[in-house]
This record gives sequence, structure tokens and C-alpha cells, in this order.
Amino acid sequence: MTAISQTRPPRLDWPAILRDAGLAALVAFLLTVPLVGFRTVDRPTGLGIELHINEVVAAIALVFLGRVGLSMIRSGVALPVLVLSLVVAVAGFFINLPTETLRVVMIGGGLVIAIRALITVMTHRSKLTQAERDRRMDRIGAKVQHASRYLAPVGILFAAAFPMLPIADRHLIDIGILLLTYVMLGWGLNIVVGLAGLLDLGYVAFYAVGAYSYALLAQYFGMSFWLCLPLAGVLAALSGVLLGFPVLRLRGDYFAIVTLGFGEIIRIILVNWYQFTGGPNGITNIPRPSFFGIADFSRTGANGLPPFHSLFGLEFSSLHRIIFLYYLILILALVVNVFTLRIRKLPLGRAWEALREDDIACTSLGIDRTKIKLAAFAIAAMFGGFAGSFFATRQGFISPESFTFIESAIILAIVVLGGMGSQMGVVVATLLVIGLPEAFRELADFRMLTFGMGMVLIMLWRPRGLLAHRDPTIVLYKNGAGAAAGEKGA
Amino acid sequence: MDYFIQQLINGLSLGAIYGLIAIGYTMVYGIIGMINFAHGEVYMIGSFIALITFLVLGVVGITWVPLALLLMLVFAMLLTSVYGWTIERIAYRPLRNSPRLAPLISAIGMSIFLQNYVQLLQGARSKPLQPIVTGSLTFFDGQVTISYVRLATIVLTLALMVGFTQLIQRTSLGRAQRACEQDKTMAALLGVNVDRVISLTFVMGAALAAVAGMMVMLIYGVIDFYIGFLAGVKAFTAAVLGGIGSLPGAMLGGVIIGLIEAFWSGYVGSEWKDVATFTILVMVLIFRPTGLLGRPEIEKV
Repeated sequence: MTAISQTRPPRLDWPAILRDAGLAALVAFLLTVPLVGFRTVDRPTGLGIELHINEVVAAIALVFLGRVGLSMIRSGVALPVLVLSLVVAVAGFFINLPTETLRVVMIGGGLVIAIRALITVMTHRSKLTQAERDRRMDRIGAKVQHASRYLAPVGILFAAAFPMLPIADRHLIDIGILLLTYVMLGWGLNIVVGLAGLLDLGYVAFYAVGAYSYALLAQYFGMSFWLCLPLAGVLAALSGVLLGFPVLRLRGDYFAIVTLGFGEIIRIILVNWYQFTGGPNGITNIPRPSFFGIADFSRTGANGLPPFHSLFGLEFSSLHRIIFLYYLILILALVVNVFTLRIRKLPLGRAWEALREDDIACTSLGIDRTKIKLAAFAIAAMFGGFAGSFFATRQGFISPESFTFIESAIILAIVVLGGMGSQMGVVVATLLVIGLPEAFRELADFRMLTFGMGMVLIMLWRPRGLLAHRDPTIVLYKNGAGAAAGEKGA
Repeated sequence: MDYFIQQLINGLSLGAIYGLIAIGYTMVYGIIGMINFAHGEVYMIGSFIALITFLVLGVVGITWVPLALLLMLVFAMLLTSVYGWTIERIAYRPLRNSPRLAPLISAIGMSIFLQNYVQLLQGARSKPLQPIVTGSLTFFDGQVTISYVRLATIVLTLALMVGFTQLIQRTSLGRAQRACEQDKTMAALLGVNVDRVISLTFVMGAALAAVAGMMVMLIYGVIDFYIGFLAGVKAFTAAVLGGIGSLPGAMLGGVIIGLIEAFWSGYVGSEWKDVATFTILVMVLIFRPTGLLGRPEIEKV
């Protein structure tokens, strides 16, 4: 079809286009009437209902126009659509719409269609085939991967210098800590999902185990953060082994659902065992970390430790603790990264990747599948535990609320959106998934809505993730054969 | 004994609801091999549509309960099906030939989107409703009461199951559906419109989930935007328990999960009932990984 539209002047089949758009409008009508058109409201006499007919009409009109626009692009008439959709998107800023949601839909939809039209105008074709898109994004992934040799040190240097920059205030450093926590979790989960190819929907359980290990050890035994950090990792790894041992024999989706169940079990235990864990109220007053057991970050010092600022001859500032936490999570995250990069070259890491590609072949070559998977699971759990105890000490307060399934979903989304197995992808995806919503905090209500839609859209656009590209870790022949193996790998 | 029968009835009606949702999971899994994570949300939407239909009927003036219930059922099933269809069309169909994880992530995104969509539009507070259907049967000198709603849930589920089995076994649509489940390429070669069959699978699953959503609203009289997640997970558990891909298995799994939950809350305490459910899931998967009625999976190299 695309070939034809290049050679022939575009012709529009209006009846078909209108029929198609009308159908889309009908679907939009059926979708919006019950939930958008009628709103339940609490009245003193019970539930009442409100009619919002203008929003339904606006939604239907937008869907109709959008569908017509898409059809026109598909038949090769892109330039007028480009202009019109831009007009619509700009109009979205000025016209008085019934709700903000519609404004977002109007601007967003207009821009998406405009981009499609722009691509069509530039390439004379409406759509790339799946194979072409795959190849194109594999090239981008490969480029980034090769560039990461230079990008990674620059990124690390920037991250290390960030708190010293003049723009860094308390708020930005806090966001930096949040981003790094998710980067660390993403890298940790990447070991299970990206390297070993196991779909883990309950990673947050280990995060929770780590957080609660530290909080409870500190509460009941008064142990310090530096003692608890390794302990939390060990406990999380142990829980990983305990869970992994029975379930790692399961395949694919069964495994996914069991890990999801395990994550929920941990959360329910935390809620219900209130005598021990504080129940839904959580644990408060979790002690802050000291400066490696040498100094404390409070003004006067605590626990027999001198205050940090006087020890180093600085002016007291509450920022010191935050900057220290920032560097702490940066180092923890880098440890995970270095570990992953190194272990990929060791027999264990190679066994993971081999298992991911074909576990039956691996078994017949004498690899103990359960043991190898268990190792991946336990190691990832340990890193989750580290991140968890860091989270506990940073927040000073934890409750089961922080460890819901949505957290697991976000971490998994980071790994998959970035491109499985790609360390750089995790960083990029974290910036997108966590950073963007942080930047638009004013849109609080729409944050999760757009987050969900964004996940769908990125998957539609790049089903293999943003930076998916796999060079085989070991190559027999430098040219040709290696590239072929790399393509097969994804 | 009376207490036992009471819990049995509660468990059966709860299990019927899980079973209805589980069918949606099991059919979708059977035909395209993905966990439709947004299915729990579809159930939640069905429940909301039923609630809204009821409120609108009240405004319009239709207050005769049987007619109102019938209209609620019809509208909930119809409009929820549109949601099921649209979700498949937008979020899953473009990913038909992608790596296995892509549709799952897309489904999780869809689930988050739908939850927040309903929360934004209908409000985060839970929606209480006066009981629409009151009254109950009593047995054993009033020791055991079976409310009409629970009874209706069980009867309606049975009726739907019979009709649905007939649909799958006897009609050409059912035949096409089973054919696609076995081999999509072959079915397409033989003239089955695979895309249409997959769409219809989602539509049927959504319609059954809507029934479950409406019944839950009638039984418990309160819903909120968050009910989809846990019900979805449990229904998926039920589908796995019964053997994923098997329709009677989904129903059986649902009933077993419902009974476990009812008896556990009745005799042990309701706080730990979810832990019991998940523990049983893990146990079943360890000792019988294909589920109770599932076919063993043959590994090919």
C-alpha cells in the first residue's frame, strides 16, 4: 500500500474514512457515557449522580477528528493533517474546555498525530514495518551501547559532581536520591529479568524485607545502620532462597504469578503482624545513618559520636546528611552495576544468559538450572535488601504502604522499558518513569494516569524497550557471525 | 454444622464470582498466551457501570427491582465488553508478535491507567449503596440464612456456565475459538478470522467479569476503584489452580479459592485469608504445575 501511494497521487476514499471514524466515535461514545458522562457524587441522602454531557461530546468529537486525521495520513494526505493537528494542539492551550483531562487529550492527541504526519511528509510513507522498526531501534541500541563506554564515565562524573553544583538544592538532591534508588532497584532486578530471563513480579518483597530488617533490628536491638546494611542484604537473600527453592522449577508465567503472590504475602504479614511490625502504622523514628560510625549528622552529635560539622571544621548544615545519603546510594547503585558487568563475564553470568536463551539446551549440557537460577534470585534479592535498608534509613519511617504491587510494577517497567539486560536502558527508563512524573508534580492527579498510558505507549512504540540491543558477551568471529548471534539474542 | 453450611454458601457464591473473572484470564491465556493483567480492572469497571446504571434508573424512575436488575445486567455486560474490546485493540493487538514481556508490561500499564481513570472520574472514596435486593431464605430454625443475592449469584453463574459451555462446544464461534487456541496459523489458513476471534474472546471475558462485578456490588453493597487488583490476582490464582486454558478448571479453581477463603475467615480469622490463598497456590504449583484440570505441557527443543 505504501508503495502504491508513492507512485500515485493520493486519493481519499471519503465514505470509508467517515465510516471508520464514525465507528471509532461510536466506541468512544459507549466508553465515555457510563464513566465520564455520569459521575457518582456523595450526597447527604446517599449516592447521587451528575450528568457531564459536554465532556462526552468533546471526547467523541476529538476521537472522530483524530481518526479521520489518521486515515488521511494513511492514504498519503499528510500535509493538511499536519497543519490542522498542530492548530488543534495549539488551540488546546487557549480554548475553554470542560476539564483539564480533555485539554491534555487534545494537546497530546494533536501532537501525536502531528508527529505521525510529519514523519509521513518526510519519508513519504505512513508507517514503518515492524521489522524495519526493530532494526532501526536495534541500531540505536547498539550505538548507545558502544557510546556507553564514554557516556557512562561522564554520567558517573556528573552524578558525583551533582550535589556540588550551584543548582543543586535540597529538593533536587532529594529527587536525585529517589532516582538513584530506582536505578539501583532496576539494576538489581535486571539480574533476574534481564540476565536470567525470569519474570519476577514481586521484587518489592525483598525491598520490604531489607527495609524492615533494618528498622526492626534498630528498634529492638538498637543496632546501627552500618551493621544492619549487610545483615539486611543477607536476610533478603535468605528470603530469596527460601522463596526461590520451591518455585524456581516453575516456568514462565507461573513463576511470575507466584512471585506476585509472595510479594503480597510479605505485605499482608507486615500489615497483620502488628505486635511485631507495627502493622499498617509502620515503624517511625528509624535512626539515621552515622558518618561511617565516626560522626553524627545532628547539630550536637548523638550516641557518643561527635557532630560531623565540628569534626571536619564545617559550618553546620542540614544538607550534609542529605548529600551523604546521596553519595551512599550512588555508591550502592554503582556496586550493583559493577557487579553485574563483571559477573556477565564469569561462568555464572554466562550460565544465566545461556539459560535465558534456552534452558532445555542448558540442562542437557549439564547446567544445574535450579541452582543457577537460585543464585540470580538470591543475588538480586540481596541488592533489593540493601536498597530497602537504605530506603528505611532515608525516610526514617516505613509502612506496608510503601511496598505495594505497584512498586514492583514500576521497577519491572523500568527494566523492560529500558530494554532488558541494558544497564544504560535502566538509567534512561528511570529518568523517564520516575523523573518525568517528579518534574510534573503539580499534575498530581494525572500523574499515575499518564504513567499508565505512557507505559502502554512506550511498549507499543518500542516493544523491545528503548535501548534494546544485545551484543553477545563472547564472540567467536569478530565480524558477521557475532552480529547474527546478537540479533537472534533479543 | 449450621455454621459450616453458612460458610459453604458464602464460599460458593464468592467462588462463583472468582470463577467468572477467572474465565476471562484463562480464555485469553489459552488463546494468546498472555496474562491479561488489566482484567481485574475490567471487573471493577463492570461493577461501576452496574452501579451507575442503577443510579440512572433511579433518576429516570424505573424502580421495579427485577426490571432494574435486568437492565443493570444488560448494560454492565454490554458496556464493559466495549472496554474489553478497546483494551485489546489498543494495548495488545499491536504487540501480537512482540517479545513475551511487552504485552505484559502494556497490560500492567493499562491496569494502572484504568484504575486512575476511574478514580479521577468517580472519586477515590468507596461507594456505599443501600441493599437493592433484600430478604433471604432461612433453614434450620433460622440458623442458616441464604440471602437472595447470594443465591442469585450461584444460580446466575451456573446458568452462564451452561450457556457459555454450549457456546464454546456447539457454535461455529466456539469452534473457531478452540481452533485458534490450538494453532493460530493453521486456523487462519483455514479461513478463521483470528483477529476477530481474539477480539471476541476479550469481549466474552469482559462480559462475564461485568456480571461478577455487578454481583459483588449487590452482595457487599460497597465498591471502590481499587477492588480490581486483589480480585484479579485471586481470579488468576483460580485460573492457574484449575489449570490455565481450561474453562471448567477456571470455575473449579474459583470455587476452591472461594471456599478456602470463606472457611478460613469463618474458622481462623479474616486477616490471614489472602495468605492462605497464595500459600495454596504455591503448593499446587509445586506439586501439580499444570493445575488440577490442565493438560501437561510438552517441552520442545
